[in-house]
Formats: sequence, C-alpha cells, structure tokens
Amino acid sequence: MSNKIAVYRKEHFNAAHRLHNPGWTMEKNNTVFGLCNNPNYHGHNYDLVVKLVGEPDPETGYVMDLKLLSNLVKEEILNRFDHKNLNLDTVEFASLNPTAENIAVVIYHLLRPKLDAKLALSIRLYETERNFVDYPA
Amino acid sequence: MVYLTRLEHFNAAHKLFNPKWTAEQNEAVFGVCANENWHGHNYDLYVTIKGIPSADTGFVYDVKKLSKLVKTQVVDRLDHKNLNLDVDFMKDTMCSTENLAIAIWQQLAPHLPEEVNLHCIKLYETSRIFVEYFGD
Repeated sequence: MSNKIAVYRKEHFNAAHRLHNPGWTMEKNNTVFGLCNNPNYHGHNYDLVVKLVGEPDPETGYVMDLKLLSNLVKEEILNRFDHKNLNLDTVEFASLNPTAENIAVVIYHLLRPKLDAKLALSIRLYETERNFVDYPA
Repeated sequence: MVYLTRLEHFNAAHKLFNPKWTAEQNEAVFGVCANENWHGHNYDLYVTIKGIPSADTGFVYDVKKLSKLVKTQVVDRLDHKNLNLDVDFMKDTMCSTENLAIAIWQQLAPHLPEEVNLHCIKLYETSRIFVEYFGD
C-alpha cells in the first residue's frame, strides 16, 4: 500500500478583471459574457487551494514544508495577482481571457517548475464561494 | 421588536484613491488598494430591519419585498460594476467599505414603509474585513 498523502495550502487574492473577446463585437461579448464584459471591470476575492500529493519524507515526515509552499505561492502568485487588474497589470492575461479556468491553468504552470517533480500538483480556484474550478481535471 | 436580516452579494471593482493627493501620498496611505487599474472584491451585504411582527401575517416585513428592494436599489446598481466609475450614488465619494455601507443605507431607508425601521447595514469586503452602520 502506498504512503501517498495529499497536503493543501489555502491562499487568497483580490483582483479586478473583465471577460472580453477582442475578436468579437460588443453585442456578441455582451451576449456571451453579460455583466462580466463591463468595460470598467469588476472584481473578486479569489480563494486558491494548492494541492500536492506525495509520500512523506522519512526524515521530516513532510510531503513538503507548507511554510515553504506558502512562501512560493506568495512569491509566484499573490505578488503577481493580488490587488491587480488581471487584464491590464499582468503579462499572463494580456491576451488571454482571465476566466477562472484560465487563471487556474496559469497558476498551475507558474508553480509546476518550482516544485519537486515527484509531487503531483493540482489547483482549485474559487472565483466566488459558489463558482470554482479544478485543474488538472 | 424583531430583527430580520436578508443576505445579498455582489462583485465589484474599485480603488482607494484621493484625487486631491499625489500618487505617492495615495500609495503611502492606501498601499496596494490605490492600484490605478483597480482591483476587486466579492461583497456580502447583510441588511437588517426591525419591527413588530404583524398580527395578520406574522411578518416584520415581507422578506421577498425586502429582497426585491435590496436588489433594485442596491445590488443591480453595484453588481459587476466599477464602484468609482459606474455608480451614481458613489460619485465624488471615497469608495471605502465604510462609505459604501452608509450609501447603501441611504438608498434603502426612504423605500421602507413607516412601520419598518432599517437597523443595520453590515458589509463584508472580504471574509475577514467588514463594517456595520446603524444610521447614527
């Protein structure tokens, strides 16, 4: 039987965004994205859950020191996105629609290279209490 | 006297920025909240009214009517909006949670019947930051 166990770190950030496809007319954007297409932006409190799966290290008992994971998420994700306009202030969403789906995928790829390859990573991102996404699915 | 509360929520962008100050002063006072390109929140709004339950209905006030009132007077005007740019009743007002709670009170109070009193506007900007306004 495997000793694999999941560990989680929760963080949060607040950001403005707008859902808009520049290849479409305003009417089509309004039809598809509704209120989320407001040209003056709106915003959310995002809750981020980072999940790692691996075997506890025999020396420490840790899958990963969660303080180190917290520091990594702060440096790579929160410093980049917290109190920012995702469309205007970040290179990641300069030409990518900042949906919860795309934000989760971007976060995954920002963290993946910084983590031990033996650990399986997954991201859960809450845009509101009732809307959330998981990546990878 | 019974206190009755209705919970609503809305998502909005804002920034904390005093146009009379320099960018440096704004940054010093408001920090990341002064980001010129805005940031945003999921706001939770608790509207509490007080009154004596009607002998005929048992209600302080029909909570469906309260919900509609909060929706038309407040939520429809704030949800998915930029509080600094899109909201008539926040024009020329600093968009702090404090001021937003006071402004919400002012939008609701005139529309409630005389026998129903607004008691409290409780507004959460995040799950850990909230304000309460009692109209005084």
